Amino acid sequence: MIKVDHLSKSFGKTKAVDHISFEVNEGENLILLGTSGCGKTTTLKMINRLIEPTAGKIFINGRDIMEQSPEALRRGIGYVLQNNGLFPHYTVAENIAIVPQLLKWDDKQIKHRVSELLEKLHLDKKYLNVYPNELSGGQQQRVGLARALVADPPVLLMDEPFAALDNVTRSKIHAEFKELDELKRKTIIMVTHDVQEAFELGDRICLMDKGRIIQNGTPAELLFKPANAFIKDFLKEQRLQLEFKAIKPPPPSEGGTFELQGVAFPADASLWFMLERLQFTKNENIAILDHERKKVGTLGFEELMSAFYQYKKHQPHE
Amino acid sequence: MNEQQQTLWQFMAQQSDKLLTQTLQHIGLTFISLIIAVLVGLPLGILIARKRKLSGSILGVAGVLQTIPSIALLGFMIPLLGIGAKPAIVALLLYALLPIIRNTYTGITGVDGAVKEAAVAMGMSKRQVLFKVELPLAMPVILAGIRTATVINVGVATLASYIAAGGLGEFIFGGISLNNTNMILAGAIPAALLAILFDSLLSMLQHLNLKKLKVAAKVLPVLIIVMACFYFIPSAYGSKLTAGFTPEFMGRQDGNLGLRSKYGLKIHTIVISDAVMYKACFEKELDVISGYSTDGRLKAYDLVVLDDNKKIFPPYYAAPIVRDDALKKFPDLEKTLNMLSGKINDSVMTDLNYRTDYLHQSPERVAKDFLTAHNLYQPERGGNAGIVRIGSKIFGEQYILASMYTMLIKGYTDYDVATKTGLGGTKICFDALTNNQIDLYPEYTGTGLLAILQPQQKAIDALEGDRDKTYNYVKNEFENRYQIKWLQPIGFNNAYALMMRKKQAADLGVKTISDLKQYLERK
Repeated sequence: MIKVDHLSKSFGKTKAVDHISFEVNEGENLILLGTSGCGKTTTLKMINRLIEPTAGKIFINGRDIMEQSPEALRRGIGYVLQNNGLFPHYTVAENIAIVPQLLKWDDKQIKHRVSELLEKLHLDKKYLNVYPNELSGGQQQRVGLARALVADPPVLLMDEPFAALDNVTRSKIHAEFKELDELKRKTIIMVTHDVQEAFELGDRICLMDKGRIIQNGTPAELLFKPANAFIKDFLKEQRLQLEFKAIKPPPPSEGGTFELQGVAFPADASLWFMLERLQFTKNENIAILDHERKKVGTLGFEELMSAFYQYKKHQPHE
Repeated sequence: MNEQQQTLWQFMAQQSDKLLTQTLQHIGLTFISLIIAVLVGLPLGILIARKRKLSGSILGVAGVLQTIPSIALLGFMIPLLGIGAKPAIVALLLYALLPIIRNTYTGITGVDGAVKEAAVAMGMSKRQVLFKVELPLAMPVILAGIRTATVINVGVATLASYIAAGGLGEFIFGGISLNNTNMILAGAIPAALLAILFDSLLSMLQHLNLKKLKVAAKVLPVLIIVMACFYFIPSAYGSKLTAGFTPEFMGRQDGNLGLRSKYGLKIHTIVISDAVMYKACFEKELDVISGYSTDGRLKAYDLVVLDDNKKIFPPYYAAPIVRDDALKKFPDLEKTLNMLSGKINDSVMTDLNYRTDYLHQSPERVAKDFLTAHNLYQPERGGNAGIVRIGSKIFGEQYILASMYTMLIKGYTDYDVATKTGLGGTKICFDALTNNQIDLYPEYTGTGLLAILQPQQKAIDALEGDRDKTYNYVKNEFENRYQIKWLQPIGFNNAYALMMRKKQAADLGVKTISDLKQYLERK
């Protein structure tokens, strides 16, 4: 879907991004992880041409992004910023409708789409005509997300989207983020410096340092098959929590699902996610359903812990 | 005299048509220049917000323009653009530029980077980012700049009357010249009210919420353009010849009022400062001007004085006037000042003025040359027996006389001298004298009579325009009323006079003021 090929960017003599290559598959959620100044944001901004690369190429769906005008390219890519970047002089509805306006949708269509998104993002309709400064931080970030999603772009770029939020709001939005059906079909590249967030939201993680990619892999690969000491060191803190987030119980059979009290979990839910949910139920276990929604087994604390233990035992270097 | 007791309100009611005209002109001048300043300043501000490298030089130039004294700037404009509305508007525009450019620049560069980045990332073109994001968000700051520019313009526009562009300055400067407080206030109060009014209106606009601001942004340009049109309403009349009179001349019985009542002269008149009047006449911007009969520029610009056949201009013999207590304090002063008495007649004075005004010799040099030629010059004694303070009005002749007195006092007595030259008009000079800010200045009998004493018309008529009767009358009255002494006259008579270009006067066959009236009434 997205292919980055030997991409470099220099600002004067400093190389912000140094010959990096990676690919993101359709529907995948790739996290660019690293400390400040590692080149992750620069990389992200080159994909929608907010920054022009010094060398290298980027392809979206096999097409070189330099072939279209930057405006046309950007209208097809959703973008969420850390400080939301909402227009203070536009109401919530007007903010969400910016891209459709640029694409010249008709008013009825815009209105319909805006209220649809508002509902999906759990924002009350009464907010439609208020200005962003009257919203809380979490609400602003939801509006920012709605604005990026409104034209249903196949690609979504997110620059530290949740960094400005407090912990409680952030974990709430994380949960919503994972369950939002609008996002499931999208190819997402997200920049963050928060390791926990990366492990929670990422299908794959690109760990960057000094403009280079140190390792590109699934959370479990980074944890259990680190490419070098740098990675190991980087993931040292709260390692146990990361491991729970990286390890997944054996998936249900083809077409099956996990369910708890009638709520379905994503098929690739982590141990951490499941343990967290079990925390709030009394004596009830997660049901494993097959493709005909017939109950074929259950997962409780014991089963999950044993899955964790099994997984760890098979890791050669642990 | 009854005019003196008149209240401000009566004066304003009596002059209401003039007041209205001047106010409309004032508003018009302010807003015409404001429109142009916005049209120039806004794009420049946007440009330097885009290309930051240019910001230093453009803001620098606009800043330097701001520091040029307003009168000097108006002076620079005359050779380029002549007199009247054009140079005044350009000068006002230059003053309004800096706040508009700077605030546009600050406003745009101050827009939150995240918002700008979001706009670009959303797929907006540069134009769309400017018009949908940057300008709307910078609008409060830009409006603040326009507000500053408006208030500056209302203030500076008072000076436009110096170059015949009209406005409330006509009353203000006329009032200062004529020692007429009501007239000054009739100009100053409306000007101040205009400034306050526009300032508060724009301040309201600046603090409107975002939605109303969108409406206001559409209404405002229309409103400003309507205001700008005010300027053209009063000037919709004309005549064959154009006269340029000083604000002082406009309001005097021995000036324009006398021309109207005694001669019945009706001529299209604009008000102008005497600093540029002669040149404007020479350059055919004006046809008739109210000059002074000993002015050097009369010679320089080849002008001719029209004969005052009905004797409305009283004699203006110059003499130093000194406070009595200063004469007591400096016993040698009177004798020394009187050394110049009878030494300078009309043609000598015209020549001296010609040398300063046209040959641009310094007044000190002209004074020294004259004193040396008449064996009156003595080197300074460097004495320190007290300091005599000499004042002068703001024209060449007075500077020369002040220089001569300075040299005489320093050469013949042990007093030192401090000069306060360039006091802008009779009222300022005379107030400085009575309030013990200066000890003496050269004054003219006619001015003393009509501008300061302002006696009943009967008393003026009794003097019959006679030189000695007038001198004796002012001398006695000044002594009684103000304890100020008129010393012996210097000799020349610098009376008001109507002047035209020699060639035009000859072509039209105009020799006297009555001739001029007849020519104007002919079809």
